[in-house]
Amino acid sequence: MPDQNELRYTAEHEWVLVEGTVATIGITAYAAAQLGDIVYLDLPDAGTEIAGGAVVGEIESTKSVGELFAPVDGTVLEKNSAVEDAPELVNSDPLGAGWLLKVEFSELPELLSLAEYDALIGG
Amino acid sequence: MTDVDSPSAPRYSPLHAVHEAAGASFTDFAGWQMPVRYSSDLAEHHAVRTAAGLFDLSHMAEFDVTGAEAAAFLDHALAGRLSATSIGQAKYSLLLAPEGGIIDDVVVYRRGDEHFLVVANASNRAPVAAALTERADGFDVTLDDVSDDLALVAVQGPAARGILERTDGFEAPDLADLGYYRSADAVFQGEPALLARTGYTGEDGFEIYLAPERATDFWNAVSAAGAGDGLVPAGLASRDTLRLEAGMPLYGHELWLETQPVQAGLGRVPVMAKESFVGRDALERGPGAGAPVLVGLVGEGRRAARAGYQIFAPVGEAADEAAGESTGEDAAPIGLVTSGALSPTLGHPIAMAYVDPAYAEPGTELTVDIRGTRLAYRTTALPFYRRKKD
Repeated sequence: MPDQNELRYTAEHEWVLVEGTVATIGITAYAAAQLGDIVYLDLPDAGTEIAGGAVVGEIESTKSVGELFAPVDGTVLEKNSAVEDAPELVNSDPLGAGWLLKVEFSELPELLSLAEYDALIGG
Repeated sequence: MTDVDSPSAPRYSPLHAVHEAAGASFTDFAGWQMPVRYSSDLAEHHAVRTAAGLFDLSHMAEFDVTGAEAAAFLDHALAGRLSATSIGQAKYSLLLAPEGGIIDDVVVYRRGDEHFLVVANASNRAPVAAALTERADGFDVTLDDVSDDLALVAVQGPAARGILERTDGFEAPDLADLGYYRSADAVFQGEPALLARTGYTGEDGFEIYLAPERATDFWNAVSAAGAGDGLVPAGLASRDTLRLEAGMPLYGHELWLETQPVQAGLGRVPVMAKESFVGRDALERGPGAGAPVLVGLVGEGRRAARAGYQIFAPVGEAADEAAGESTGEDAAPIGLVTSGALSPTLGHPIAMAYVDPAYAEPGTELTVDIRGTRLAYRTTALPFYRRKKD
């Protein structure tokens, strides 16, 4: 599990781990807890071009549907098929085994630090 | 869940501190801050199906009805024949508007010859109070809104009976002899309580009405008695998926002021043999030809049809219905989903929906627009889940 201090965050409750030109994306523990038990994920396939800010996937819990926003412009390198088979991984390990997408990006937009994100969720 | 005018200040259950200590997440329900889940709503759901769950339902509204004409009054005010119930019996009934629509669905407990307890939905406390008060005119009856004087705790699941039997300080008649939809006087810590074999989960279980001052001790005593049986506190999220699997309607989803009982599959609740009751004339006229009816829907995969999603006839059939017009994907919706979820017990999507009666026959293939994607669903008889009787 990555150090949450090293991650960047979005106001839409995603975390982003930047390694070179690859961004690994997931949702925060706060977002997973707000949704409740996640039972279904719809994620874009490898090769999909995504635009920062656009809805690229859906995360369904028993009670509600959350949208996954692309935090960066880029191309999906890989989706985490393990979470499609076992969506509960997003609840149990949102920053680790519950990652969602790896995206090749060209430019990194401005993202939030942990302190800024914590302030946003009132933590 | 439902949109209601909430008073500006949220209301709290007498068990609020207990829920906070247990780490509950809260949701607004009819102006009350109630536990939506403690940790995992799926785990809470499964616990009720396989062991037991403990629910706080203290937000529910209760009305005491007493007096020489209590039974006659309820026969007039409600759609069922409450005068025919025996002492200790519980009865599901409906409070109808003069136009035949449903003001609320209620459970009525007969406490004595001249004493009934009417339990209504929290969201409908005010309209139920208003309707009962107005209808009491001319009857020798006293109405008391005792909602604030009663806490309500439910213990639901196959282990519920054993847990209550072992609950410290709780004295009740032999639970094995208490039939479904029967109630009995009980005692907790020397104070009177009402014990009922009722619930809203599709499992065996009990509901206990008692003084708010005793609620925390009772909750803790039940928790201690059930610790070894897999009893967990359960929130409103699991309550909703449990009642959905059991095919039980929820006011504000399946039941509305615009819904007649027959549309909701509750045609047997009103006793038309009664000479008069509020709403009877309207029920006699019926909701009108083509009025939508409640059905169950089942789907495949894991994407749930949820409340508010539109239902369509399969392409081609809609065109036939429209007498040759080539409508296809542009055809008008033939129904609306009112509740839906991926069923935790069954593993596939289930929903309740109102559809054009031409599409209500069990087995009818339909599609539901799930956020822009049409997915196949099939109508089915309710309930989706029925517990195995022991």
